Amino acid sequence: MQAVSAAPETAGEAARPPAISLAGIDITFALKDGGRYQAVKGVDLSVAPGEFVAVVGPTGCGKSTLLNAAAGLLQPSAGKVGILGEGLAGINLKAGYLFQLDALMPWKTALQNVAVALEPQGVPAREAEERARAWLARVGLRAFTDRYPHMLSGGQKKRVALAQVLIRDPKILLMDEPFGPLDAQTRQIMGNLLLDLWAQDRKAVMFVTHDLEEAISLSDRVVVMSAGPAAGIVGDYRVPLSRPRDIADIRLDRDFHEIHRQIWQTLKVEVQKAYAAGEGRDMA
Amino acid sequence: MTSHSRLKITLLQVLVAIGFLLAWHIATTTSLFADPRKMQFFFSTPTNVLARTWKQLSGAEIWYHLGITLTETILAFVFGATGGVLCGFLFARRELLAAVFDPYIKAANALPRVVLAPIFALWFGLGIWSKVALGFTLVFFIVFFNVYQGVREVSQTVLANARMLGMNERQLMRHVYWPAAMTWMFSSLHTSVGFALVGAVVGEYLGSSAGLGYKIHEAESVFDVTGVFSGMLILTIFVIVLDTIVTMIENRLLVWRPGQSTTTANG
Ligand SMILES: Nc1ncnc2c1ncn2[C@@H]1O[C@H](COP(=O)(O)OP(=O)(O)OP(=O)(O)O)[C@@H](O)[C@H]1O
Ligand SMILES: [Mg+2]
Repeated sequence: MQAVSAAPETAGEAARPPAISLAGIDITFALKDGGRYQAVKGVDLSVAPGEFVAVVGPTGCGKSTLLNAAAGLLQPSAGKVGILGEGLAGINLKAGYLFQLDALMPWKTALQNVAVALEPQGVPAREAEERARAWLARVGLRAFTDRYPHMLSGGQKKRVALAQVLIRDPKILLMDEPFGPLDAQTRQIMGNLLLDLWAQDRKAVMFVTHDLEEAISLSDRVVVMSAGPAAGIVGDYRVPLSRPRDIADIRLDRDFHEIHRQIWQTLKVEVQKAYAAGEGRDMA
Repeated sequence: MTSHSRLKITLLQVLVAIGFLLAWHIATTTSLFADPRKMQFFFSTPTNVLARTWKQLSGAEIWYHLGITLTETILAFVFGATGGVLCGFLFARRELLAAVFDPYIKAANALPRVVLAPIFALWFGLGIWSKVALGFTLVFFIVFFNVYQGVREVSQTVLANARMLGMNERQLMRHVYWPAAMTWMFSSLHTSVGFALVGAVVGEYLGSSAGLGYKIHEAESVFDVTGVFSGMLILTIFVIVLDTIVTMIENRLLVWRPGQSTTTANG
Protein backbone atom coordinates (compact mmCIF):
# COMPACT_ATOMS: atom_id res chain seq x y z
CA MET A 1 0.00 0.00 0.00
CA GLN A 2 1.48 3.22 -1.01
CA ALA A 3 0.17 6.53 -2.11
CA VAL A 4 2.46 9.30 -3.20
CA SER A 5 -0.15 11.99 -3.07
CA ALA A 6 -1.18 14.71 -0.68
CA ALA A 7 -4.87 14.11 -1.30
CA PRO A 8 -6.89 13.41 1.82
CA GLU A 9 -7.18 9.66 2.09
CA THR A 10 -10.10 9.67 4.40
CA ALA A 11 -12.84 10.54 1.97
CA GLY A 12 -15.58 10.24 4.57
CA GLU A 13 -13.93 12.96 6.60
CA ALA A 14 -13.97 15.44 3.75
CA ALA A 15 -16.74 17.44 5.39
CA ARG A 16 -14.63 18.15 8.45
CA PRO A 17 -11.87 20.69 7.86
CA PRO A 18 -8.36 19.33 8.36
CA ALA A 19 -6.77 19.91 11.74
CA ILE A 20 -3.67 21.27 10.06
CA SER A 21 -3.53 22.37 6.48
CA LEU A 22 -0.35 23.73 4.99
CA ALA A 23 -0.84 25.03 1.47
CA GLY A 24 1.96 26.22 -0.76
CA ILE A 25 4.27 27.00 2.13
CA ASP A 26 7.56 28.74 1.32
CA ILE A 27 9.94 29.67 4.10
CA THR A 28 12.97 31.80 3.39
CA PHE A 29 15.37 32.97 6.05
CA ALA A 30 17.26 36.23 5.80
CA LEU A 31 20.86 35.49 6.72
CA LYS A 32 23.08 37.77 8.78
CA ASP A 33 25.44 38.33 5.84
CA GLY A 34 22.59 39.73 3.76
CA GLY A 35 21.97 36.52 1.84
CA ARG A 36 18.85 34.41 1.85
CA TYR A 37 18.28 30.77 2.48
CA GLN A 38 15.15 29.11 1.22
CA ALA A 39 14.58 26.24 3.61
CA VAL A 40 11.17 25.06 2.50
CA LYS A 41 9.42 25.43 -0.85
CA GLY A 42 5.87 24.73 -1.96
CA VAL A 43 4.86 22.38 0.81
CA ASP A 44 1.28 21.12 0.83
CA LEU A 45 0.40 18.94 3.77
CA SER A 46 -2.78 18.32 5.60
CA VAL A 47 -3.43 16.41 8.79
CA ALA A 48 -6.97 15.22 9.39
CA PRO A 49 -8.58 15.40 12.82
CA GLY A 50 -7.50 12.39 14.83
CA GLU A 51 -4.73 11.52 12.40
CA PHE A 52 -1.19 10.77 13.51
CA VAL A 53 1.23 11.98 10.84
CA ALA A 54 4.97 11.53 11.09
CA VAL A 55 7.33 13.76 9.12
CA VAL A 56 10.74 12.32 8.32
CA GLY A 57 13.60 13.79 6.37
CA PRO A 58 17.35 14.24 6.47
CA THR A 59 18.82 16.51 9.10
CA GLY A 60 18.55 20.20 8.28
CA CYS A 61 15.86 19.74 5.65
CA GLY A 62 13.35 21.98 7.40
CA LYS A 63 11.23 19.72 9.59
CA SER A 64 11.42 21.95 12.64
CA THR A 65 10.89 24.97 10.43
CA LEU A 66 7.71 23.52 9.01
CA LEU A 67 6.47 22.59 12.47
CA ASN A 68 7.16 26.11 13.71
CA ALA A 69 5.06 27.45 10.87
CA ALA A 70 2.19 25.20 11.96
CA ALA A 71 2.72 26.40 15.53
CA GLY A 72 2.58 30.04 14.52
CA LEU A 73 6.05 30.64 15.94
CA LEU A 74 7.26 31.43 12.45
CA GLN A 75 5.53 33.31 9.67
CA PRO A 76 5.88 31.58 6.29
CA SER A 77 7.17 33.75 3.44
CA ALA A 78 4.36 32.47 1.26
CA GLY A 79 1.43 30.08 1.54
CA LYS A 80 -1.38 29.53 3.96
CA VAL A 81 -1.56 27.79 7.31
CA GLY A 82 -5.05 26.64 8.22
CA ILE A 83 -5.95 25.27 11.63
CA LEU A 84 -9.30 23.49 11.95
CA GLY A 85 -10.61 25.42 9.01
CA GLU A 86 -9.42 28.85 10.10
CA GLY A 87 -6.46 30.82 8.86
CA LEU A 88 -3.69 31.03 11.45
CA ALA A 89 -2.59 34.43 12.72
CA GLY A 90 -0.06 34.57 15.55
CA ILE A 91 0.52 31.73 17.98
CA ASN A 92 -1.48 28.57 17.35
CA LEU A 93 -3.27 28.21 20.67
CA LYS A 94 -5.19 25.15 19.54
CA ALA A 95 -1.93 23.23 19.43
CA GLY A 96 0.37 21.84 22.08
CA TYR A 97 4.05 21.79 21.15
CA LEU A 98 6.59 19.32 22.46
CA PHE A 99 10.02 20.75 21.77
CA GLN A 100 13.20 19.09 20.63
CA LEU A 101 15.19 20.73 23.44
CA ASP A 102 14.44 21.24 27.12
CA ALA A 103 11.62 23.70 27.39
CA LEU A 104 10.57 23.39 31.02
CA MET A 105 10.99 26.42 33.23
CA PRO A 106 14.01 25.45 35.32
CA TRP A 107 12.87 27.57 38.27
CA LYS A 108 9.61 25.68 38.65
CA THR A 109 9.05 22.20 40.04
CA ALA A 110 7.48 19.52 37.89
CA LEU A 111 4.12 20.27 39.48
CA GLN A 112 4.44 24.02 38.99
CA ASN A 113 5.53 23.55 35.39
CA VAL A 114 2.44 21.52 34.61
CA ALA A 115 0.04 23.64 36.65
CA VAL A 116 1.20 26.90 35.09
CA ALA A 117 0.01 25.63 31.70
CA LEU A 118 -3.55 26.12 32.93
CA GLU A 119 -3.05 29.71 34.04
CA PRO A 120 -3.60 31.25 30.59
CA GLN A 121 -7.00 29.54 30.54
CA GLY A 122 -7.92 31.20 33.80
CA VAL A 123 -8.09 28.03 35.89
CA PRO A 124 -7.80 28.88 39.61
CA ALA A 125 -4.43 27.98 41.10
CA ARG A 126 -5.78 25.41 43.54
CA GLU A 127 -7.66 23.53 40.84
CA ALA A 128 -4.73 23.77 38.40
CA GLU A 129 -2.50 22.15 40.99
CA GLU A 130 -4.91 19.28 41.56
CA ARG A 131 -5.21 18.62 37.86
CA ALA A 132 -1.44 18.88 37.40
CA ARG A 133 -0.97 16.30 40.13
CA ALA A 134 -3.36 13.97 38.35
CA TRP A 135 -1.55 14.46 35.06
CA LEU A 136 1.85 13.79 36.57
CA ALA A 137 0.43 10.56 37.94
CA ARG A 138 -0.83 9.63 34.48
CA VAL A 139 2.64 10.01 33.00
CA GLY A 140 4.11 7.99 35.86
CA LEU A 141 5.67 10.77 37.91
CA ARG A 142 3.54 10.69 41.03
CA ALA A 143 6.61 10.59 43.24
CA PHE A 144 8.46 13.38 41.45
CA THR A 145 6.05 16.30 41.65
CA ASP A 146 8.33 18.48 43.74
CA ARG A 147 11.52 17.94 41.77
CA TYR A 148 13.07 20.73 39.76
CA PRO A 149 13.90 19.89 36.13
CA HIS A 150 17.61 19.50 36.81
CA MET A 151 16.81 16.78 39.33
CA LEU A 152 14.94 14.76 36.70
CA SER A 153 16.32 12.38 34.10
CA GLY A 154 15.92 13.12 30.40
CA GLY A 155 12.99 10.72 30.14
CA GLN A 156 11.32 12.15 33.22
CA LYS A 157 11.67 15.67 31.83
CA LYS A 158 9.95 14.56 28.65
CA ARG A 159 7.13 13.11 30.72
CA VAL A 160 6.69 16.43 32.51
CA ALA A 161 6.71 18.23 29.17
CA LEU A 162 4.12 15.82 27.84
CA ALA A 163 1.89 16.42 30.87
CA GLN A 164 2.40 20.16 30.50
CA VAL A 165 1.24 20.04 26.89
CA LEU A 166 -1.62 17.58 27.36
CA ILE A 167 -3.15 19.17 30.45
CA ARG A 168 -4.36 22.00 28.23
CA ASP A 169 -6.18 19.42 26.13
CA PRO A 170 -5.14 20.90 22.78
CA LYS A 171 -6.88 19.67 19.64
CA ILE A 172 -3.55 19.34 17.89
CA LEU A 173 -0.17 18.04 19.00
CA LEU A 174 3.03 19.21 17.37
CA MET A 175 6.08 17.20 18.32
CA ASP A 176 9.63 17.92 17.28
CA GLU A 177 11.79 14.85 17.80
CA PRO A 178 10.46 14.79 21.34
CA PHE A 179 12.30 11.59 22.25
CA GLY A 180 15.43 12.39 20.28
CA PRO A 181 17.96 12.59 23.10
CA LEU A 182 16.66 9.53 24.95
CA ASP A 183 18.16 6.06 24.95
CA ALA A 184 16.49 3.29 22.91
CA GLN A 185 14.53 1.68 25.73
CA THR A 186 13.26 4.95 27.10
CA ARG A 187 12.19 5.96 23.61
CA GLN A 188 10.07 2.85 23.33
CA ILE A 189 8.53 3.37 26.73
CA MET A 190 7.77 6.99 25.88
CA GLY A 191 6.40 5.97 22.49
CA ASN A 192 3.98 3.52 24.09
CA LEU A 193 2.99 6.10 26.68
CA LEU A 194 2.30 8.59 23.93
CA LEU A 195 0.20 6.09 21.97
CA ASP A 196 -1.76 5.21 25.11
CA LEU A 197 -2.56 8.82 25.84
CA TRP A 198 -3.27 9.56 22.21
CA ALA A 199 -5.68 6.60 21.89
CA GLN A 200 -7.87 8.10 24.60
CA ASP A 201 -8.99 11.11 22.58
CA ARG A 202 -7.19 10.93 19.23
CA LYS A 203 -5.76 14.36 18.77
CA ALA A 204 -4.36 15.29 15.40
CA VAL A 205 -0.59 14.81 15.63
CA MET A 206 2.26 16.09 13.52
CA PHE A 207 5.31 14.22 14.72
CA VAL A 208 8.74 15.15 13.41
CA THR A 209 11.53 12.62 13.67
CA HIS A 210 14.58 11.47 11.79
CA ASP A 211 14.04 7.93 12.99
CA LEU A 212 12.04 6.07 10.34
CA GLU A 213 11.26 3.10 12.59
CA GLU A 214 9.86 5.40 15.22
CA ALA A 215 7.83 7.22 12.56
CA ILE A 216 6.26 4.03 11.21
CA SER A 217 5.57 2.42 14.56
CA LEU A 218 3.74 5.48 15.88
CA SER A 219 1.88 6.95 12.94
CA ASP A 220 -0.96 6.49 10.48
CA ARG A 221 0.92 8.26 7.74
CA VAL A 222 4.57 8.99 7.05
CA VAL A 223 5.54 12.05 5.05
CA VAL A 224 9.05 12.24 3.60
CA MET A 225 10.76 15.56 3.06
CA SER A 226 13.52 16.10 0.55
CA ALA A 227 16.96 17.43 1.39
CA GLY A 228 17.27 21.23 1.57
CA PRO A 229 17.56 23.88 0.35
CA ALA A 230 14.03 24.42 -0.91
CA ALA A 231 12.90 21.17 0.64
CA GLY A 232 9.51 19.81 -0.27
CA ILE A 233 7.50 16.68 0.26
CA VAL A 234 8.62 13.74 -1.87
CA GLY A 235 6.66 10.91 -0.36
CA ASP A 236 3.44 10.31 1.51
CA TYR A 237 2.77 6.78 2.77
CA ARG A 238 -0.12 5.26 4.65
CA VAL A 239 1.02 2.86 7.38
CA PRO A 240 -0.98 -0.37 7.09
CA LEU A 241 -0.61 -1.43 10.70
CA SER A 242 -3.50 -1.98 13.07
CA ARG A 243 -3.96 -0.37 16.45
CA PRO A 244 -3.52 -0.63 19.33
CA ARG A 245 0.17 -1.21 18.83
CA ASP A 246 3.12 -2.00 20.98
CA ILE A 247 5.93 -0.16 19.33
CA ALA A 248 8.55 -2.72 20.35
CA ASP A 249 6.60 -5.71 19.06
CA ILE A 250 5.35 -4.06 15.92
CA ARG A 251 8.86 -3.78 14.58
CA LEU A 252 8.87 -7.52 14.09
CA ASP A 253 5.75 -7.39 11.91
CA ARG A 254 6.07 -8.35 8.21
CA ASP A 255 4.02 -5.36 7.09
CA PHE A 256 6.30 -3.13 9.12
CA HIS A 257 9.32 -4.34 7.16
CA GLU A 258 7.55 -3.93 3.86
CA ILE A 259 6.50 -0.33 4.46
CA HIS A 260 9.87 0.44 5.98
CA ARG A 261 11.56 -0.84 2.82
CA GLN A 262 9.32 1.28 0.59
CA ILE A 263 9.77 4.51 2.53
CA TRP A 264 13.47 3.97 2.99
CA GLN A 265 13.97 3.87 -0.77
CA THR A 266 12.68 7.41 -1.02
CA LEU A 267 14.30 8.62 2.15
CA LYS A 268 17.69 7.10 1.37
CA VAL A 269 18.07 9.21 -1.74
CA GLU A 270 17.38 12.38 0.23
CA VAL A 271 19.69 11.42 3.07
CA GLN A 272 22.50 10.82 0.56
CA LYS A 273 21.79 14.16 -1.12
CA ALA A 274 21.89 15.95 2.20
CA TYR A 275 25.12 14.20 3.06
CA ALA A 276 26.74 15.12 -0.26
CA ALA A 277 25.60 18.73 0.09
CA GLY A 278 27.03 18.85 3.58
CA GLU A 279 30.35 17.51 2.33
CA GLY A 280 30.41 20.06 -0.45
CA ARG A 281 29.75 22.90 1.97
CA ASP A 282 32.56 21.72 4.20
CA MET A 283 35.03 21.76 1.36
CA ALA A 284 34.01 25.20 0.17
CA MET B 1 37.48 13.48 49.79
CA THR B 2 37.77 11.22 52.82
CA SER B 3 37.23 12.48 56.35
CA HIS B 4 40.84 11.67 57.06
CA SER B 5 42.31 14.11 54.54
CA ARG B 6 39.63 16.64 55.52
CA LEU B 7 40.90 16.55 59.09
CA LYS B 8 44.45 16.76 57.85
CA ILE B 9 43.71 19.85 55.83
CA THR B 10 42.02 21.53 58.77
CA LEU B 11 44.98 20.73 60.99
CA LEU B 12 47.41 22.12 58.45
CA GLN B 13 45.29 25.24 58.11
CA VAL B 14 45.39 25.77 61.86
CA LEU B 15 49.11 25.15 61.79
CA VAL B 16 49.59 27.92 59.23
CA ALA B 17 47.69 30.34 61.45
CA ILE B 18 49.74 29.34 64.50
CA GLY B 19 52.96 29.64 62.53
CA PHE B 20 52.02 33.09 61.31
CA LEU B 21 51.03 34.33 64.78
CA LEU B 22 54.15 32.80 66.28
CA ALA B 23 56.41 34.46 63.73
CA TRP B 24 54.67 37.75 64.31
CA HIS B 25 54.97 37.28 68.08
CA ILE B 26 58.65 36.45 67.96
CA ALA B 27 59.45 39.26 65.58
CA THR B 28 57.75 41.85 67.76
CA THR B 29 58.64 40.70 71.26
CA THR B 30 62.27 39.62 70.95
CA SER B 31 65.21 41.62 69.72
CA LEU B 32 65.78 39.14 66.94
CA PHE B 33 65.24 41.68 64.14
CA ALA B 34 65.13 45.00 65.89
CA ASP B 35 64.33 46.71 69.13
CA PRO B 36 60.96 45.19 70.25
CA ARG B 37 59.57 48.59 71.16
CA LYS B 38 60.26 49.88 67.71
CA MET B 39 58.82 46.73 66.13
CA GLN B 40 55.71 47.00 68.27
CA PHE B 41 55.16 50.56 67.19
CA PHE B 42 54.99 49.45 63.56
CA PHE B 43 53.51 45.97 63.86
CA SER B 44 51.91 45.73 67.32
CA THR B 45 51.81 42.18 68.68
CA PRO B 46 49.29 39.38 68.14
CA THR B 47 48.40 39.24 71.80
CA ASN B 48 47.81 42.97 71.92
CA VAL B 49 45.63 42.87 68.81
CA LEU B 50 43.62 39.92 70.07
CA ALA B 51 43.26 41.47 73.50
CA ARG B 52 42.13 44.77 71.99
CA THR B 53 39.69 43.01 69.69
CA TRP B 54 38.26 41.07 72.57
CA LYS B 55 37.98 44.20 74.69
CA GLN B 56 36.24 46.04 71.87
CA LEU B 57 33.82 43.24 71.12
CA SER B 58 32.86 42.98 74.78
CA GLY B 59 32.29 46.72 75.00
CA ALA B 60 29.25 48.55 73.65
CA GLU B 61 30.92 51.15 71.45
CA ILE B 62 32.09 48.86 68.61
CA TRP B 63 28.60 47.44 68.22
CA TYR B 64 27.31 50.90 67.61
CA HIS B 65 29.88 51.36 64.82
CA LEU B 66 29.17 47.89 63.43
CA GLY B 67 25.49 48.76 63.44
CA ILE B 68 26.13 51.88 61.41
CA THR B 69 28.25 50.01 58.87
CA LEU B 70 25.69 47.23 58.62
CA THR B 71 22.87 49.74 58.09
CA GLU B 72 24.80 51.47 55.32
CA THR B 73 25.65 48.14 53.70
CA ILE B 74 22.07 46.92 53.75
CA LEU B 75 20.66 50.20 52.47
CA ALA B 76 23.24 50.40 49.69
CA PHE B 77 22.51 46.84 48.72
CA VAL B 78 18.74 47.17 48.80
CA PHE B 79 18.68 50.39 46.77
CA GLY B 80 21.41 49.28 44.39
CA ALA B 81 19.88 45.87 43.77
CA THR B 82 16.37 47.25 43.35
CA GLY B 83 17.57 49.90 40.92
CA GLY B 84 19.76 47.42 39.09
CA VAL B 85 16.99 44.85 38.71
CA LEU B 86 14.43 47.40 37.52
CA CYS B 87 16.77 49.12 35.05
CA GLY B 88 18.31 45.87 33.85
CA PHE B 89 14.86 44.47 33.29
CA LEU B 90 13.58 47.56 31.49
CA PHE B 91 16.64 47.83 29.27
CA ALA B 92 16.54 44.17 28.37
CA ARG B 93 12.94 44.46 27.26
CA ARG B 94 13.31 47.79 25.44
CA GLU B 95 15.86 47.53 22.67
CA LEU B 96 15.82 51.23 21.86
CA LEU B 97 16.43 52.31 25.43
CA ALA B 98 19.37 49.94 25.70
CA ALA B 99 20.86 51.12 22.40
CA VAL B 100 20.57 54.81 23.30
CA PHE B 101 21.95 54.55 26.83
CA ASP B 102 24.61 51.94 26.10
CA PRO B 103 27.63 54.30 25.83
CA TYR B 104 26.60 56.30 28.90
CA ILE B 105 26.17 53.24 31.03
CA LYS B 106 29.54 51.91 29.93
CA ALA B 107 31.15 55.27 30.68
CA ALA B 108 29.53 55.54 34.11
CA ASN B 109 30.61 52.02 34.94
CA ALA B 110 34.18 52.70 33.85
CA LEU B 111 34.52 55.58 36.29
CA PRO B 112 36.35 54.61 39.51
CA ARG B 113 33.59 55.17 42.03
CA VAL B 114 35.93 56.21 44.87
CA VAL B 115 36.41 59.62 43.29
CA LEU B 116 32.72 60.22 43.85
CA ALA B 117 33.04 59.89 47.62
CA PRO B 118 33.90 63.56 48.27
CA ILE B 119 31.09 64.70 46.00
CA PHE B 120 28.63 62.48 47.78
CA ALA B 121 29.88 63.85 51.11
CA LEU B 122 29.18 67.33 49.74
CA TRP B 123 25.72 66.41 48.49
CA PHE B 124 24.50 64.11 51.25
CA GLY B 125 26.60 65.24 54.24
CA LEU B 126 28.87 63.17 56.43
CA GLY B 127 26.09 60.93 57.76
CA ILE B 128 25.16 57.52 56.46
CA TRP B 129 23.57 58.66 53.20
CA SER B 130 26.81 59.61 51.46
CA LYS B 131 28.08 56.06 52.18
CA VAL B 132 24.85 54.53 50.99
CA ALA B 133 25.19 56.54 47.78
CA LEU B 134 28.73 55.29 47.22
CA GLY B 135 27.71 51.69 47.85
CA PHE B 136 24.71 52.18 45.58
CA THR B 137 26.86 53.19 42.61
CA LEU B 138 28.92 50.04 43.08
CA VAL B 139 26.04 47.61 43.58
CA PHE B 140 23.79 49.09 40.93
CA PHE B 141 26.06 48.34 38.00
CA ILE B 142 26.88 44.79 39.03
CA VAL B 143 23.23 43.89 39.41
CA PHE B 144 22.23 45.91 36.35
CA PHE B 145 24.63 44.12 34.00
CA ASN B 146 23.78 40.72 35.41
CA VAL B 147 20.05 41.17 35.12
CA TYR B 148 20.29 42.76 31.70
CA GLN B 149 22.34 39.86 30.39
CA GLY B 150 20.20 37.29 32.15
CA VAL B 151 16.90 38.54 30.79
CA ARG B 152 18.25 38.85 27.27
CA GLU B 153 19.66 35.37 27.34
CA VAL B 154 16.54 33.61 28.52
CA SER B 155 16.39 30.31 26.68
CA GLN B 156 14.49 30.79 23.41
CA THR B 157 13.00 27.34 23.79
CA VAL B 158 11.64 28.06 27.26
CA LEU B 159 10.21 31.29 25.92
CA ALA B 160 8.66 29.68 22.83
CA ASN B 161 7.20 26.97 25.04
CA ALA B 162 5.65 29.50 27.40
CA ARG B 163 4.12 31.32 24.44
CA MET B 164 2.75 28.07 23.04
CA LEU B 165 1.10 27.50 26.41
CA GLY B 166 -0.81 30.69 25.66
CA MET B 167 0.90 33.03 28.09
CA ASN B 168 0.31 36.73 27.50
CA GLU B 169 2.95 39.39 28.00
CA ARG B 170 2.14 39.78 31.68
CA GLN B 171 2.32 36.06 32.34
CA LEU B 172 5.58 35.78 30.43
CA MET B 173 6.98 38.50 32.68
CA ARG B 174 5.85 36.73 35.78
CA HIS B 175 6.82 33.17 34.88
CA VAL B 176 9.80 33.60 32.58
CA TYR B 177 11.51 36.99 32.52
CA TRP B 178 11.18 37.85 36.18
CA PRO B 179 12.52 34.53 37.53
CA ALA B 180 15.39 34.79 35.04
CA ALA B 181 16.18 38.29 36.28
CA MET B 182 16.04 37.22 39.91
CA THR B 183 18.35 34.30 39.23
CA TRP B 184 20.96 36.60 37.88
CA MET B 185 20.44 39.05 40.69
CA PHE B 186 21.08 36.27 43.18
CA SER B 187 24.02 34.87 41.30
CA SER B 188 25.72 38.23 41.80
CA LEU B 189 24.67 38.38 45.44
CA HIS B 190 28.08 37.70 46.98
CA THR B 191 29.78 40.27 44.81
CA SER B 192 27.15 42.93 45.26
CA VAL B 193 26.89 42.54 49.04
CA GLY B 194 30.69 42.70 49.15
CA PHE B 195 30.68 45.90 47.15
CA ALA B 196 27.94 47.42 49.29
CA LEU B 197 30.26 46.88 52.25
CA VAL B 198 33.24 48.29 50.40
CA GLY B 199 31.21 51.40 49.60
CA ALA B 200 30.24 51.82 53.23
CA VAL B 201 33.70 51.28 54.68
CA VAL B 202 35.54 53.39 52.11
CA GLY B 203 32.99 56.16 52.57
CA GLU B 204 33.44 56.06 56.32
CA TYR B 205 37.17 55.98 55.98
CA LEU B 206 37.19 59.08 53.80
CA GLY B 207 34.99 61.15 56.03
CA SER B 208 32.53 60.38 58.78
CA SER B 209 32.07 60.16 62.51
CA ALA B 210 30.85 56.61 62.84
CA GLY B 211 31.28 53.13 61.44
CA LEU B 212 34.08 50.60 61.14
CA GLY B 213 35.89 52.59 58.46
CA TYR B 214 35.87 55.56 60.77
CA LYS B 215 37.24 53.50 63.66
CA ILE B 216 40.12 52.27 61.53
CA HIS B 217 40.82 55.75 60.25
CA GLU B 218 40.73 57.16 63.77
CA ALA B 219 43.26 54.61 64.99
CA GLU B 220 45.46 55.28 61.99
CA SER B 221 45.54 59.02 62.58
CA VAL B 222 47.08 58.52 66.03
CA PHE B 223 49.43 55.75 64.82
CA ASP B 224 47.57 53.23 66.95
CA VAL B 225 48.64 50.17 64.97
CA THR B 226 46.96 47.81 67.43
CA GLY B 227 43.71 49.68 66.87
CA VAL B 228 44.07 49.49 63.07
CA PHE B 229 44.76 45.76 63.12
CA SER B 230 41.97 44.99 65.53
CA GLY B 231 39.62 47.12 63.40
CA MET B 232 40.66 45.09 60.38
CA LEU B 233 40.14 41.85 62.28
CA ILE B 234 36.64 42.90 63.32
CA LEU B 235 35.90 43.93 59.73
CA THR B 236 37.05 40.51 58.51
CA ILE B 237 34.87 38.69 61.01
CA PHE B 238 31.99 40.92 59.97
CA VAL B 239 32.50 40.08 56.28
CA ILE B 240 32.67 36.35 56.98
CA VAL B 241 29.44 36.45 58.97
CA LEU B 242 27.71 38.49 56.26
CA ASP B 243 28.95 36.16 53.54
CA THR B 244 27.73 33.11 55.42
CA ILE B 245 24.28 34.65 55.74
CA VAL B 246 24.28 35.42 52.01
CA THR B 247 25.23 31.82 51.23
CA MET B 248 22.37 30.61 53.38
CA ILE B 249 19.89 32.89 51.63
CA GLU B 250 21.24 31.85 48.25
CA ASN B 251 20.88 28.14 49.02
CA ARG B 252 17.32 28.74 50.08
CA LEU B 253 16.33 30.73 47.01
CA LEU B 254 18.17 28.92 44.27
CA VAL B 255 17.25 25.34 45.12
CA TRP B 256 16.18 24.76 41.55
CA ARG B 257 19.61 25.50 40.15
CA PRO B 258 21.84 22.68 38.95
CA GLY B 259 25.09 22.43 40.85
CA GLN B 260 23.38 23.58 44.02
CA SER B 261 22.11 20.11 44.71
CA THR B 262 23.43 18.31 47.72
CA THR B 263 24.27 14.66 47.93
CA THR B 264 24.53 12.77 51.14
CA ALA B 265 28.16 11.79 51.44
CA ASN B 266 29.57 9.71 54.26
CA GLY B 267 31.19 12.21 56.55
N1 LIG C 1 16.83 31.29 11.89
C1 LIG C 1 17.42 30.74 10.80
N2 LIG C 1 18.18 31.49 9.99
C2 LIG C 1 18.76 30.95 8.90
N3 LIG C 1 18.66 29.67 8.56
C3 LIG C 1 17.93 28.86 9.33
C4 LIG C 1 17.27 29.35 10.50
N4 LIG C 1 16.60 28.33 11.08
C5 LIG C 1 16.85 27.24 10.31
N5 LIG C 1 17.63 27.56 9.27
C6 LIG C 1 18.06 26.64 8.20
O1 LIG C 1 16.93 26.03 7.66
C7 LIG C 1 17.17 24.66 7.43
C8 LIG C 1 16.14 23.82 8.10
O2 LIG C 1 16.32 23.87 9.51
P1 LIG C 1 15.46 22.98 10.51
O3 LIG C 1 15.84 23.33 11.89
O4 LIG C 1 14.03 23.11 10.17
O5 LIG C 1 15.97 21.51 10.14
P2 LIG C 1 15.47 20.12 10.68
O6 LIG C 1 14.92 19.40 9.53
O7 LIG C 1 14.58 20.31 11.85
O8 LIG C 1 16.81 19.42 11.11
P3 LIG C 1 17.12 18.44 12.37
O9 LIG C 1 16.57 17.10 12.01
O10 LIG C 1 18.60 18.41 12.42
O11 LIG C 1 16.47 19.05 13.57
C9 LIG C 1 18.58 24.37 7.90
O12 LIG C 1 19.42 24.31 6.76
C10 LIG C 1 18.94 25.54 8.75
O13 LIG C 1 20.30 25.84 8.61
MG1 LIG D 1 14.83 20.03 14.00
